[in-house]
Amino acid sequence: MNDKPLILRNISRIYGSVTAIAEITLEVHRHEFIAIVGPSGCGKSTLLNILSGSDKPTSGSLSREGDVRMIYQEGGLFPWLTVSENIAMGLRQNPNSSERAAQLEDLIRFIQLEDFTDQYPHKLSGGMRQRVELARALAGRVDLLLMDEPFSALDYLTRLRMRQELVRMLKERPRTVIFVTHDIEEAVQLADRVIVLTERPARIRCELKVTLPRPRSLTHPEVVSAVHHIVSEMGLEETLLEPEALEHNQIV
Amino acid sequence: MQAEFDSILSCVIQYWYYSGEYSKALRFMMDEKLSWKVRVLPYMVLLLALALWELLAIRHMYPESSFPSPLLVAAGFREEIQSNRLQNDLIASLFRVSIGFTLSVSIGIPIGLILGLTLGARTAFMPVINFFRNLSPLAWIPFAILWFGIGDKPAVFLIFVSSVFPIIIGTVAAVANIPSVYFRAAKEYGLSGVSLLTKVTLPAIMPQVITNLRVTAGLAWLVVVAAEMIAGKDGLGWAIWDDRNGLRLDLIVVEMIVIGSIGVVIDRLILRLTRIPSVRWGYER
Repeated sequence: MNDKPLILRNISRIYGSVTAIAEITLEVHRHEFIAIVGPSGCGKSTLLNILSGSDKPTSGSLSREGDVRMIYQEGGLFPWLTVSENIAMGLRQNPNSSERAAQLEDLIRFIQLEDFTDQYPHKLSGGMRQRVELARALAGRVDLLLMDEPFSALDYLTRLRMRQELVRMLKERPRTVIFVTHDIEEAVQLADRVIVLTERPARIRCELKVTLPRPRSLTHPEVVSAVHHIVSEMGLEETLLEPEALEHNQIV
Repeated sequence: MQAEFDSILSCVIQYWYYSGEYSKALRFMMDEKLSWKVRVLPYMVLLLALALWELLAIRHMYPESSFPSPLLVAAGFREEIQSNRLQNDLIASLFRVSIGFTLSVSIGIPIGLILGLTLGARTAFMPVINFFRNLSPLAWIPFAILWFGIGDKPAVFLIFVSSVFPIIIGTVAAVANIPSVYFRAAKEYGLSGVSLLTKVTLPAIMPQVITNLRVTAGLAWLVVVAAEMIAGKDGLGWAIWDDRNGLRLDLIVVEMIVIGSIGVVIDRLILRLTRIPSVRWGYER
């Protein structure tokens, strides 16, 4: 197995006369958590579509190891299937049915929805639905997860809880994650590396490594200073913090 | 009597419930003060209509032969049932509708699926289908008689041409409305070919297809009456025509009552499909 399941080199995507993303180069290590933040409409979804393989770059090269699974903002579950049937979708590749049943049970216990196995998604709360989506994506062996603003449709408190939930899940089932969000706090709280994109055409404006171990408190000074740094980088705040406040975060 | 009240009440509440007015349905189920209204109101309207009918009848604005009174109609009901004619006509009509409608569904839904999923076929065929959709099925009656004679076949043909095009169009629309996220997810989870069709495409269109079936079944029930009037030798539509020739307007009213009631029953039966757990999502959000 390659140590870098995802490598992008000078990826650009041009639609007619509009350049959506320009010369993006990124190497993702196995089980690394990458957050991509950027202004809305900057081409984040274009990038995700290229990463998932549903779109092709106009120029540049992409090397991706194996399949990907996507986690959507909302409504990615099949509404005609129950919780357990939805999660079972993620286990289809396994030909052994008794193994499948055992794994399914594991996953349902893992997301603590034992009492909801036969419920349909529309009967669940938004947070529960996202937990089911995560379980479906984590089922089986697919390593690369693409998350497209997965928590942005949830209310604030649920969003905070889901971040902790995601950290817990990834601790037990490590995966390589590309997490697109417009929520800078969320990016800093979760990611090993935060990639900040520019306005359209999207380029990498800067990259921030966060080394603090997870789970991270939202109010930890390092988290706060990293958020501040990104906000300033994006030109959303006038003043920059003193350099020493950033000493734990390596800025590339 | 109480049992009948309750059954009417539950019908009304179910109707609300399945037509999407959950809060209304729940409120009526919970609220004691409102529930007596629900019990009484439909009967009040019915009684009022009967009273109005009787009033018009006894004032003899028209002769009784052309404006039968409720009592005359009740007697007509007995006569029709005792002679077995009503039952036979009802069965004949229901038979034609079942055959014609089943044919439409089993041909229309697959065609709708194919057109919905392939842009080329859709572009090519939709104008023609729209044309036939907007053509009154009654225009086909002369051809139906010339091609199929008199009896079951022309009626089945007319039901078919009247319902197959709306079924196709409804299915195409349902397929076009499937959010693309389901297809993307299906691809990620390794669904393709037949399993994509049975596990994603079909369940995704089911709620809309059921709604479409309610509309088209109602249409088929309207058309069978017209078809039998002209190309039948039995059936409820034929009975109306026959009684018109015999100037038995009391019996025509009997048949009208039966036709309307059976139409409601057919709709109610198809409505039951919406209770299937795997389609409820389509009606509840």
